[in-house]
Amino acid sequence: MISAAYNFAYLDEQTKRMIRRAILKAVAIPGYQVPFASREMPMPYGWGTGGVQVTAAVLGPDDVLKVIDQGADDTTNAVAIRGFFEKTARVRTTTATAEATVIQTRHRIPEEPLTAGQILVYQVPIPEPLRFLEPRETETRKMHALTEYGLMHVKLYEDIARHGHIATTYAYPVHVAGRYVMDPSPIPKFDNPKMNDCEALQLFGAGREKRIYAIPPHTEVVSLDFEDHPFRVQEFAEPCALCGSTGVYLDEVILDDRGGRMFVCSDTDYCTSHRPSGPDDQSAAEWENAR
Amino acid sequence: MSLAPETGLDTAKGAAPAADADLPLLRVSGLSKFYGDRVGCRDVSLAVWPGEVLAIAGESGSGKTTLLNCLATRLTPTSGVVEYRMRDGSVRDLYRLSEAEQRLLMRTDWGFVHQNPIDGLRMNVSAGANVGERLMAVGARHYGKLRSEAERWLERVEIPASRIDDDPRAFSGGMRQRLQIARNLVTGPRLIFMDEPTGGLDVSVQARLLDLLRQLVADLGLAVVIVTHDLAVARLLSHRMMVMKGGEVIEEGLTDRILDDPREPYTQLLVSSILQV
Repeated sequence: MISAAYNFAYLDEQTKRMIRRAILKAVAIPGYQVPFASREMPMPYGWGTGGVQVTAAVLGPDDVLKVIDQGADDTTNAVAIRGFFEKTARVRTTTATAEATVIQTRHRIPEEPLTAGQILVYQVPIPEPLRFLEPRETETRKMHALTEYGLMHVKLYEDIARHGHIATTYAYPVHVAGRYVMDPSPIPKFDNPKMNDCEALQLFGAGREKRIYAIPPHTEVVSLDFEDHPFRVQEFAEPCALCGSTGVYLDEVILDDRGGRMFVCSDTDYCTSHRPSGPDDQSAAEWENAR
Repeated sequence: MSLAPETGLDTAKGAAPAADADLPLLRVSGLSKFYGDRVGCRDVSLAVWPGEVLAIAGESGSGKTTLLNCLATRLTPTSGVVEYRMRDGSVRDLYRLSEAEQRLLMRTDWGFVHQNPIDGLRMNVSAGANVGERLMAVGARHYGKLRSEAERWLERVEIPASRIDDDPRAFSGGMRQRLQIARNLVTGPRLIFMDEPTGGLDVSVQARLLDLLRQLVADLGLAVVIVTHDLAVARLLSHRMMVMKGGEVIEEGLTDRILDDPREPYTQLLVSSILQV
């Protein structure tokens, strides 16, 4: 069996130790981007190489792993990474948020509130929140060091000047523990309030950019805004078409080429556990057809 | 541009503010900068008083930009002392300030106008954001106020307020330069460094820009250190000037005295090389 040739969770122990040291430092300085010697992983950059390395470093044999991609447990990225750790670490996997001890995520925070003892691992494409305004790494590091964060508001100013409101809807910059400005990875800003005072440990891994950062449990996380344009999350006019939940993040699903559409929970686990009726339900059939 | 003595400078010259006007804002002594064996500038001493415009003239390679960068903490000098009188009245050695203090000074109490506006502007954000950036950097967090302040400054530098949401890319060279000036003045600085602010502009645009600069300097009581190879610019804007050659200051004094009655042979050569139309 091929998996017998791999060390537990694919990475060798020295590498995992190196990553854990970076994680410890990141937890000690919330929001600070710690450089680490990112390894080549058996997947392309942009598919979660950073998140996978962090998961591999924190995973133990008794952990229960959940992997989501845009909230869904059944998309390619989520299935592939879950399969990867089933094979290389032989850990138990689940789709239920409450059962999981480690959750690796791409672009969402689960709807169900996280609890103490859980670890949420984010896959991060570009860890530097100032990057699109200041291309020089030496300069952005200096700006972080000297807490010069005016530039972040220049971006928000541009949004309002162009669109009349803060049009940034994902990767919305946050101020962590009153010190570092941090990119929360491309999660919708809908999820930003969930990061504040969260009971779970949140770890962020960027494989290509070789950075790890963290938000320890119960840390203050504030979304940046203007006094006269306060931070606001997206609101949805209708409840989820499948489970009827409100106050959750919805995805738009195109049903046909005649303008038919429905809005359903992006968190598939939350949606299935909140569905009032069985799979013979009318909308559920439409949903299955749409897929 | 004519170099006639009657340039109407009297109004600008009389505008120095009364308070603390007898103490220099910036004092430099024994400043030298070497690039290996080559000399950038050697043993320069000068002082700039509040509300005063000092021009540094000389040909290309004479060390004027090196000197300016050394004054503005953009280039660490090899030796010498640069002292600045802070807003609280204390005199500080600029190269003993922490980097955070230097950068704070740079974006609040100082301005730096580059020859090429692309170096001084953020080209991928709107004119309004360019003007507001310094205010946001010092903690302004009210969009409406930022915007009205930006509009006010754009109008002050003769850019229509309707262009507030345009990228600087959509601006002409002269407008970009004026935008750069507005962006620097928005925090009410006391000292502005200018590196050939009119370089690369055509003559009529140059004339308008100089006119605007002279008015702003007079209205706001700014102290300015301006580097130029164009003696006409020095004549129009500055009260005092220094002539540099080979990294050393060879002559200094009142602008009108130097241009009308140059003592050093090199200065005489420089003044006589001005093209007459």
